Amino acid sequence: MTRSIASQKDQILTGDTTARAVVESSVAAAERLNDTLNAFLEIDRPGAIRRAEEIDQRLKTSDDTLALAGVPIAVKDNICVRGFQASCGSKILGDYHPPYDATVIERLVNAGAVIIGKTNCDEFAMGSSNENSAFGVVKNPWDTTRVPGGSSGGSAAAVAAGIVPVALGSETGGSVRQPASLSGVIGLKPTYGRNSRYGLVAFASSLDQVGIFGRNVPDVAAVLGVVAGRDRHDATTADVPVPDYRAGLDTDIKGMRLGFPQALFGEGLDADVRASVDAATDAYRELGAEIVDVELPHAKYSIAVYYIIATAEASSNLARYDGVRYGFRAEDAPELRQMYKKTRDEGFGPEVKRRIMLGTYVLSAGYYEAYYRKAQQVRALIREDLRQAFTACDAIVTPTSPTPAFLFGEKVNNPLEMYLSDIYTVTANLAGIPGLSVPCGLSSEGLPIGMQLLGPYWSEPTLLNLAHAYLKARPFTARPQVFA
Amino acid sequence: MPITEADIEKIAQLAHLEITREELRVFAPQIADIITYVEQLNEVDTTNVEPMLGGLTPEGELTDSARDDIVEPSLGQKIALEEAPDAVAGHFRVPKVL
Repeated sequence: MTRSIASQKDQILTGDTTARAVVESSVAAAERLNDTLNAFLEIDRPGAIRRAEEIDQRLKTSDDTLALAGVPIAVKDNICVRGFQASCGSKILGDYHPPYDATVIERLVNAGAVIIGKTNCDEFAMGSSNENSAFGVVKNPWDTTRVPGGSSGGSAAAVAAGIVPVALGSETGGSVRQPASLSGVIGLKPTYGRNSRYGLVAFASSLDQVGIFGRNVPDVAAVLGVVAGRDRHDATTADVPVPDYRAGLDTDIKGMRLGFPQALFGEGLDADVRASVDAATDAYRELGAEIVDVELPHAKYSIAVYYIIATAEASSNLARYDGVRYGFRAEDAPELRQMYKKTRDEGFGPEVKRRIMLGTYVLSAGYYEAYYRKAQQVRALIREDLRQAFTACDAIVTPTSPTPAFLFGEKVNNPLEMYLSDIYTVTANLAGIPGLSVPCGLSSEGLPIGMQLLGPYWSEPTLLNLAHAYLKARPFTARPQVFA
Repeated sequence: MPITEADIEKIAQLAHLEITREELRVFAPQIADIITYVEQLNEVDTTNVEPMLGGLTPEGELTDSARDDIVEPSLGQKIALEEAPDAVAGHFRVPKVL
C-alpha cells in the first residue's frame, strides 16, 4: 500500500491489478493490525469488496476513469456513511447508523473510492491524544506506548501504518494536523467553507472542517479536488471554484516568501522539534524561498479564545443528545428530565462533560459579555494579525505540535496541559485559513516531527506546492514499527 | 472570579448533566484552572473591536445560500424513526413529563 493513488489507478486501468485486489489487501491489513493499533471501530469486509468489484465492473464496461477508482479510504467515525455506524467515539451514539451519506462521502464514492471502515477518535472529536474515546485508545504505529495524537488519531494511524493511502478526519482546533504530525503523515485542514460539513457531526460549527490525511502530497491533492466545493446542504460552503490541486504541485517555489514567527518558537517547544523545523526552513531557503520575519502578536491568546468559543458552540451542539431521537437512552428513568440527565451522565465521558460545562458557563447569564463576546473580539484580532502577515509572505512556517508523540497517561489528569498541545494549530481554525502538516524529521527517540504551513484563505494550492517541494528535496522515508 | 463547586452544580443543572460528588471534586479545580487561564484575555484591549461572528471567509459571506421555498423530498417518517430508542405509532416515545 505504498503506491500513490495515481500510479495505482494506472495499474487498475491497465489491468495489472484490480480494485478488488487493492481493497482486499487494505481490508486485510486493517483487520490484521487492529488488535495492535485499535485504529478502526468498524471494518466492512464484505461491503468493501462488493463495492470494489462494482468499480472493476464499471471500469470494464464504460469509459469512466474515475478520479479515485479503487482507492480504499478510512473515515473518522464522526462522518456519516450510510451502512456504517457513526459513534463519534461516544457511548451516547453507540451503534447509531446514520440514514444518509455526508456530502464528502457521496463525492468520494462517486469518484470510485471505497470506504473500508470507520476510525476511532476522541469522543465528539474532543481531545489531542485519542485517550477520550469510549472505545479504547489508538496506539501510535511508531511506538505503541505513545498516543497517535487526536482527535482523528485512528485515521492518522491507519494512514501511517500503510493500511489505507488516504483517510478523512475532522478539524476543530488541529485534530487532523496534530495527529498527522505525531504519526508522521501529511494532514490538511482546508479553508473554512472549502469542504461541506453536511454529515459531519457538529462539535463547534464555526471551526469544524473535514480534513485529509495522506502519505504523499499528490494523494492529498487528489482527494481534496474530489471532496471540495459548494454544497447546497451546507450554507457555510463558499462559492469558490475548485482548481485541479495536482496541477501546480511541481511549480518552482523560488522567490516564494515564507513567514517565520520567531516569537512562537519559544517556551514549551521541544528542542528536537525546534531543530527539525529550523532545518526545514533552511531547506526552503536552499530551494530559493525567502524567509521573512512575521509578527502574530495575538497568537499567544489563541488557546484561551479557542476554549471559550469551541466549548460554547459545543454546549449548544451537544444539547441534541438527549436519548429521544437516536442513540443511547438510560434505563430506569421514569420521568423525562431525569431521563435526559441520566442518559447524558452515562452517555458522555469526562472530557465532553467538562467542555459542555465550560461552554454552558461562558454563555450563562452575566458571563456572556466577559467571556464569549471578548473571545470573539480577540478572534477578530487574531484574524487581522494573519491578514497583515500574509501581506508580507505567501505562507507561514511553524511547528505543528510543540512535542513529538507523548506517552499514554502523560497529560490525562491535566486538561489544560493537554489543550496546549494545540497551541500552533488552533489559530488556523479561529481565522478560517488553511493549514497543512508535513513530516520533517525524527526526534532523538525516533518519533516523527511535523512542520506546519499556514496560508491565506483558499491558498491550498500554495500549501500543497510548498509541501511537495519540501518532500521532493527532503523525502520522508522512515517507516513506523507497525506497518502493513 | 473564582468558580465554586456550587457554580459547577448549577452549570450541570443548566446543561442537563448529572454530576456525582466525586466528579464534582475532580471537575471543580480543573474548570477553575481553565477559567483562570482564559481570563488572560482581559489583558487584551478590545475597545472598538468588532467581534468575529462565525467562521466565514469574505467569499463565504458573499455566497448566496437561499433557495426557492419549495418542498423537497426528505427522509420520511419511517427512516427518521428507525434509530430512535423508543418509537411507537409514528412517534418518539418519552417517559412521562411531570
